[in-house]
Amino acid sequence: MRESMEFDVLIVGGGPAGLAAAIRLKQLAAEKGSDISVCLIEKAAEIGAHILSGAVMDPRALNELIPDWKEQGAPVTTAVTEDRVIFLNETRGRKVPTGLLPDCFLNHGNYIVRLGNVAKWLGEQAEALGVEVYPGFAGAEILFDETGAVKGVATGDMGVTREGEQGPAYQPGMELHAKYTLFAEGCRGHLGKQLEAQFNLRNGVDPQTYGIGLKELWEVPAERHEPGVVVHTTGWPLPSDTYGGGFVYHLEDKLVAIGYVVGLNYTNPHLSPFEEFQRYKTHPEIRKYLEGGKRLAYGARAIAAGGLQSQPKLVFPGGALIGDDAGFLNAARIKGSHAAIKSGMLAAEAAFGAVAAERQRDELAAFPEAFRSSWLYEELHKTRNFKPYMKKGLWMGSLLFGIDQKVLKGKAPWTLHNSADHDKLKLASECPKIDYPKPDGVLTFDRLSSVFLSNTNHEEDQPCHLQLKDTSVPIAVNLAKYDAPEQRYCPAGVYEIARDESGSNPRLQINAQNCVHCKTCDIKDPTQNINWVVPQGGEGPIYQGM
Amino acid sequence: MKILVPVKRVVDYNVKVRVKADGTGVDIANVKMSMNPFDEIAVEEAVRLREAGIATEVVAVSCGVTACQETLRAAMAIGADRGILVETDVELQPLAVAKLLKALCDKEQPTVVIGGKQAIDDDSNQTGQMLAALMGWPQATFASKVTLGDGVATVMREIDGGLETLEIKLPAVVTTDLRLNEPRYATLPNIMKAKKKPLDTVKPADLGVDIAPRLATLKVAEPPKRSAGVRVADVAQLVDKLKNEAKVI
Repeated sequence: MRESMEFDVLIVGGGPAGLAAAIRLKQLAAEKGSDISVCLIEKAAEIGAHILSGAVMDPRALNELIPDWKEQGAPVTTAVTEDRVIFLNETRGRKVPTGLLPDCFLNHGNYIVRLGNVAKWLGEQAEALGVEVYPGFAGAEILFDETGAVKGVATGDMGVTREGEQGPAYQPGMELHAKYTLFAEGCRGHLGKQLEAQFNLRNGVDPQTYGIGLKELWEVPAERHEPGVVVHTTGWPLPSDTYGGGFVYHLEDKLVAIGYVVGLNYTNPHLSPFEEFQRYKTHPEIRKYLEGGKRLAYGARAIAAGGLQSQPKLVFPGGALIGDDAGFLNAARIKGSHAAIKSGMLAAEAAFGAVAAERQRDELAAFPEAFRSSWLYEELHKTRNFKPYMKKGLWMGSLLFGIDQKVLKGKAPWTLHNSADHDKLKLASECPKIDYPKPDGVLTFDRLSSVFLSNTNHEEDQPCHLQLKDTSVPIAVNLAKYDAPEQRYCPAGVYEIARDESGSNPRLQINAQNCVHCKTCDIKDPTQNINWVVPQGGEGPIYQGM
Repeated sequence: MKILVPVKRVVDYNVKVRVKADGTGVDIANVKMSMNPFDEIAVEEAVRLREAGIATEVVAVSCGVTACQETLRAAMAIGADRGILVETDVELQPLAVAKLLKALCDKEQPTVVIGGKQAIDDDSNQTGQMLAALMGWPQATFASKVTLGDGVATVMREIDGGLETLEIKLPAVVTTDLRLNEPRYATLPNIMKAKKKPLDTVKPADLGVDIAPRLATLKVAEPPKRSAGVRVADVAQLVDKLKNEAKVI
């Protein structure tokens, strides 16, 4: 029998969206002189430890949430000083003149941040306001009341063995009940996915489309460090029919964040986002920032890139999806933390109003209404066609999006559509193999030494948190048709095709302990056979300011 | 019977530590910290003794910065009844910690102190032993089994090549080895309860203890990288390399 506790509002996920919602709820209660109980759970061992982002942050939403964030010591200190957008070919780069860039690519007034540190700081603000913040506890199961409305979540059981038995350290999870539950799990949340199905939240909207972002944090020699400089590149090493690009953000303290994003609608199953990222760093335009430096950290995370037309319905009886759980990221602006914060604030305002009116477990219709009349909607509407244009290839896509933004100012009378990523792979036999260079151990690395730097860890004796719906599919379909693409798209070396001594009898080995919780497998598996669920709370990567 | 359990806040065991560029120590800015795993075993053992009705109270103690409160809350979430923080920003070395613990033992009069055998950050393995010496109490280190009787403790110890069983008079100091127990997961209800348990803060000066460091750290460096292996043609070449290159035979 699980214990249970009651709250006014429960928030699942301690990223920018969830924490902003928690803070806003408590601010509103203080303003109105009322009280509201708010509980926030987070699967990472501490707030911020599962956050991975570029990140250039537009402070607009933070200005609204905590106007004196500077005085409150927010780790938002490195103002952007220069934007460089570069088209790369194999040997050279061509910088786009700033005058030709659409506004969404300009970052004047924005900040380069380590989003994990920002989340940690927001967590401290939330706790100071009286939010009950519990890192180390994953929302494992959605709870419904007798009317079918969401009444909260249960945290996962601890100490269950690989076979699903109760081990010696077994502890049952706990039921957290609330009048309203806000889901802020980030991109492709495993509960969000269930809610979309349960309440048909995707009816009448485009499928979500995703990218995988891989990132490293480097400490570089002072003479190579240009604090405040933001570099975005496109082109090499990806072929022009594959969406993707890289970034180099010069942070404070000789730190440089470097990363690479590959659209998960790529078609060649031989493609390896990890190895594209590694060879990206060898380009003369990129290498020049890193040489003589040292890699400090590594991680990866899927990104929801579909924009407005891929957003599910935001509310259902008993709760709402916020942040990237609902796909609020602005792919054209290459940023989403401001949208996450704003969406959390809007949902909080709706939930506060409902609780104050003594309502519970109904639809928070005020949230989508407020969103539609907000600056965030206007912003996302303006760039809504970015990702669909890019399906036309790098050159045509850039040209069309350029015209859309510079000439039509984002007011084109058409809205283009997105399609799902998982069915885009072509047969392995029809695609060129890609010969990736061997890592040099200085600038480029292998997967395992990289995963090591994510500090990821999972108890081995627990049920595998990467579930296969059909155990025959990895070999009969994935290996036979697509040469087992999970070996390559997984940034953490979780999936391996093992064979016996004679090299036959292939089987899929899942090294679940390596998982960095990026969710790419849940998205890209061609038949959607992999289901990502939460492992024990407190496990997974321990990112430190990623 | 009261049990005192010292707990140390250290870099989390999953985190890969990084030496600061200037060689003065390990970088702990933004690094996840948690309770020293051996201390967690000590808390678990003490709580089990209380749950078995042998001990009546478990007091967790931590010495260090304000954030050590989190470590004490973690100990109370496992089941410690209350916490004492000896708060200071000064770097604490094992002798200073042992002196602080002595002052608290004089005040709290525990029957037994159960601590971790060493902390995973500096691996000193000294505090328990120094505390026993300062108190003039018996000690049983590296415990893999602890039985408390009437005025005596029977402790099985992990030693080179086997196990040794000691009987020591109480009060005493016991330090834990890895196999003593497997600490429980702190549950959400227990974490909530732990937030409400009493936590006292004292300063080293209140205890009349001089904590000035006696040791100076000259340099902290990363271990040398393992160089790539080579394939030798035959035994003769292997012997030659071992003799002349590696100089190990």
